[in-house]
Amino acid sequence: MLLQLPRITPLFPEIFVLFMIAVVLLAGLFAKPRIAGRLTYLLTQTTLMGACILTFRFYDTETITTFNGMFIHDPLSQVSTLFVYVTTVFTLAYARQYIEERSIQQPEYYILTLFSVLGMMALISAGNFLSLYVSLELFSLPLYAMVALRRDLAAGSEAAMKYFITGAVASGMLLYGISMLFGTTNSLDLNVVASTTITLNPTMVIIYRFALVFIIAGVIFKLGAVPFHMWVPDVYQGAPTSVTLFISGAPKIAALALLFRLLTTALPSLHLQWTPILIAISITSMALGNLVAIVQTDLKRMLAYSSIAHMGYTLLGILTAGAVGYSAGLFYMISYSIMAVGAFGLLTLMSRAGVEVDKVGDLRGLNARNPWLALMMLFLMFSMAGLPPTVGFFAKLGVLQALIDAHLVWLAVLALIFAIIGAYYYIRVVKVMYFEEPDSQQLQPMQISGDMRFIISINGLGVLVLGLFPSALIDLCRSVF
Amino acid sequence: MIQQFIFYLFSAMAIATAAMVIISKSPVRAALFLVVTFIASAGLWILLQAEFLGLVLILVYVGAVMTLFLFVVMMLDMDGIELRSGFVQYLPFALIVLSVMLAFIILAVWHTSFGLGHANPSKETAAYNNIALLGSVLYTQYAYPFVLAGALLLLAIIAAISLTFRGTRNAKKQRVEWQVSVRAQDRLYKTSMKNEKRL
Amino acid sequence: MDTIMNLLWIALKILAIVLPLTISVAYLTLAERKVIAYMHSRIGPNRVGFLGLLQPFADVLKLLLKEMVIPSQSNRYLFLAAPVLVLAPALAAWAVIPFSKGLVLANINAGLLYIFMMSSLSVYGVLIAGWASNSKYAMLGALRAAAQTVSYEIAMGFAFVGVLLAAGSMNLQTIVLAQSGNILHWYFLPLLPLFFVYWISGVAETNRHPFDMVEGESEIVAGFHVEYAGAGFALFFLAEYANMILISAVASLLFLGGWLSPFEGIPLLENVFAFVPGLVWFVLKMGFFLFLYIWLRATFPRYRYDQVMRLGWKVLIPITLIWIVVVSFAVKFNIGPWFNQAGV
Repeated sequence: MLLQLPRITPLFPEIFVLFMIAVVLLAGLFAKPRIAGRLTYLLTQTTLMGACILTFRFYDTETITTFNGMFIHDPLSQVSTLFVYVTTVFTLAYARQYIEERSIQQPEYYILTLFSVLGMMALISAGNFLSLYVSLELFSLPLYAMVALRRDLAAGSEAAMKYFITGAVASGMLLYGISMLFGTTNSLDLNVVASTTITLNPTMVIIYRFALVFIIAGVIFKLGAVPFHMWVPDVYQGAPTSVTLFISGAPKIAALALLFRLLTTALPSLHLQWTPILIAISITSMALGNLVAIVQTDLKRMLAYSSIAHMGYTLLGILTAGAVGYSAGLFYMISYSIMAVGAFGLLTLMSRAGVEVDKVGDLRGLNARNPWLALMMLFLMFSMAGLPPTVGFFAKLGVLQALIDAHLVWLAVLALIFAIIGAYYYIRVVKVMYFEEPDSQQLQPMQISGDMRFIISINGLGVLVLGLFPSALIDLCRSVF
Repeated sequence: MIQQFIFYLFSAMAIATAAMVIISKSPVRAALFLVVTFIASAGLWILLQAEFLGLVLILVYVGAVMTLFLFVVMMLDMDGIELRSGFVQYLPFALIVLSVMLAFIILAVWHTSFGLGHANPSKETAAYNNIALLGSVLYTQYAYPFVLAGALLLLAIIAAISLTFRGTRNAKKQRVEWQVSVRAQDRLYKTSMKNEKRL
Repeated sequence: MDTIMNLLWIALKILAIVLPLTISVAYLTLAERKVIAYMHSRIGPNRVGFLGLLQPFADVLKLLLKEMVIPSQSNRYLFLAAPVLVLAPALAAWAVIPFSKGLVLANINAGLLYIFMMSSLSVYGVLIAGWASNSKYAMLGALRAAAQTVSYEIAMGFAFVGVLLAAGSMNLQTIVLAQSGNILHWYFLPLLPLFFVYWISGVAETNRHPFDMVEGESEIVAGFHVEYAGAGFALFFLAEYANMILISAVASLLFLGGWLSPFEGIPLLENVFAFVPGLVWFVLKMGFFLFLYIWLRATFPRYRYDQVMRLGWKVLIPITLIWIVVVSFAVKFNIGPWFNQAGV
């Protein structure tokens, strides 16, 4: 049998990242302990930027499938991976100092992050249930380990255990759904499944529906929306802030891409079935997320509930089952991950050795101490609340517009009501920062190094700039579908 | 005839031992029954002329995974009765879920691959080489997931080690310079102890 | 009717393998005692029969007549099943061993894998024996056995991978025939590191000296079989020696050309020794390895447990990994004199 080399150029970023993982692994092993952390950090950032450049360099507007349909290289995959790199670069920049000051092994943190990024890249581009499932595991396994990476933290181990077990159950459900589809269609290829499910054989439809329910359940877990949201607050709170930061950003984009692959690539013909499921999920997510977030005093927990609500908004775009809605959903998710990384990044920056900033009260009087940081947090909170000059506003606007286009006005109204409820707790954070007196012992401003200040400024101002000039990002998201 | 007999033997064994895994009281016994289940399923695979899969199932799961599993289970002094305290309570729910799942599996695969007609594999010639065939698709058609799975295994090693490894201990290292430079008073010291009460 | 005759015929063949094997085990024990005795400048057993040749039968009789003690609080069924579980894989593995060209019970494609699988199964008997005895020494022995077997299995498996890369097959007959030519074509030369790794891990897999931490008389009394007496102990004994013979047989098949004559390809000697059947060469090669076993036992002190693990994971596995890469390149680029034949 003659081996035909498949087309390999679309995989250059993946190959590069895998190669660099090996390099970072060896660097972490053989470098002197004193410099190992910095060295692996720099190598990891180089890897992500290199992958970014490679993705840009080989950007294709048409869809290429290679490796016997295992790998799909299309605008969706490229845009999503680009933002995965970007959010991860920011994540690592914020996390560096935090993990240096705590008992977290640095090389391991970076290596696990890179593995997770590789898994996300592969997941986003998966064209076959086989590669999809393997890459899903590749992307989630490092997250479980990272949550428990800080050994002196009992809450971290507990959170990791919860995350791992619920994650395993979710993987099992996804796999079960896939196995039902495989049983009926005799194929693992997403496109073949799509073409087979078009002919709705009445006896098969019920199996398709059940497969659909299991598949959606698996993906919803990864997204962290309502029926499978219970891990989100515990993991966000229990994990070291540097890990929460990572979980809140890039993985959400990857999970959304997974949803796109499964629902729009593999099962577009079942959209009449999955639309009502997604409607139920998004309403309950928005309601529960926003209402429960109000009573939280722990900032990480509050942001966790807010993330549940945001997942609900993202799904609003997708359930319209149209290109406009899809691009609105993608836009929402990208802007959300930028905001979330910024917000958790700020918490990470402010946490000093021995001092964790994770209560709402810890931000009291931030304006008096670090006015610039307070301003950045203000932008991020306004953006999360969806207030006008920020990107969050356009994200919500796009989703609501897609809903109105799809004649789901009642849903749009409902979403708006929940958004107004949600604005309460974001603005409460702003109020605490600006209008409350700082605790006496925290009067002196926090020392934050120049590069960190630079990065948080980019992130905070980015939210504003993208809000003032949203057309570029919107066009990018539109070009995908 | 004999193939059918072997098929029924192994299937019955697989089902019975799988049930025993759940029913048996002691965790060690449950693990041992699971071993038998694996062996029975491997037998079924070999009956389908997929000898590589059958042998690898035994090699990996029985020979390595379950050995370590037993290792752990034997070390933990688990109380079987306490473990299954909620068994009866959850049983109805479990049965409902089970029957639904079973129904859908049957519904999904019944028309394509159910019935005894499928239990009788097509006779392949002696030259049929399951390993070579498997290798040739694994490294061509499924090369990409294969590499991904490799990365996944590497990751699993790293994740496990990073969670458990707590630095090298040099306790077992022989240090000649310490041995040479040792003085008698470092090793020997007199101490006075009270006489213990004799029983 | 045909089927029944077939089954009977197979049963006969099995008997033809197992019976000589059992007798070899008996005489292997005698050989061990004798060889070690001479190495110690002693005489060894010489009372029962001429030169002590009936000693093994006396031993067996003694063991069978002894009482089988079942400890109280032990798990009775598992306790009784354990010796059988140790012995069964040791015997079952012989099904695929070719004694000479065509002289094999089951000529299957995955023969190498089958042997590997059977040798990995033998640890269960030890584990179960240790657990069912309800004794701390037995338990410790069983845990040591589990860890050691799993560790050395990996190195052994990689050694097998090297062989199957070189031969391009997992069929043991094909592997032996791929070594034909002359003595330089036997795989112990091109796969020398793998040969050593295989042998070391083979010794470790059978829990023989210097890797007999599983028994470790001086630390844990007798390890996993401390509670066994009489017939149960005899079965463990039988299994241990049957495993030794099996490892020796596989070593001769994989690395020393199995039944091939060492004089093959040498102009004059080839014809002189042509009359010797392949089985004889095979048995002689196995004898060499069995002698090595005994020699090792008489020579080396027992390893410390952490050193056993270090040797397995940090020395043997890296060596095999490197050599697998070397072999792959040699096979890919047909590097002679071993890998330049066409069609391999």
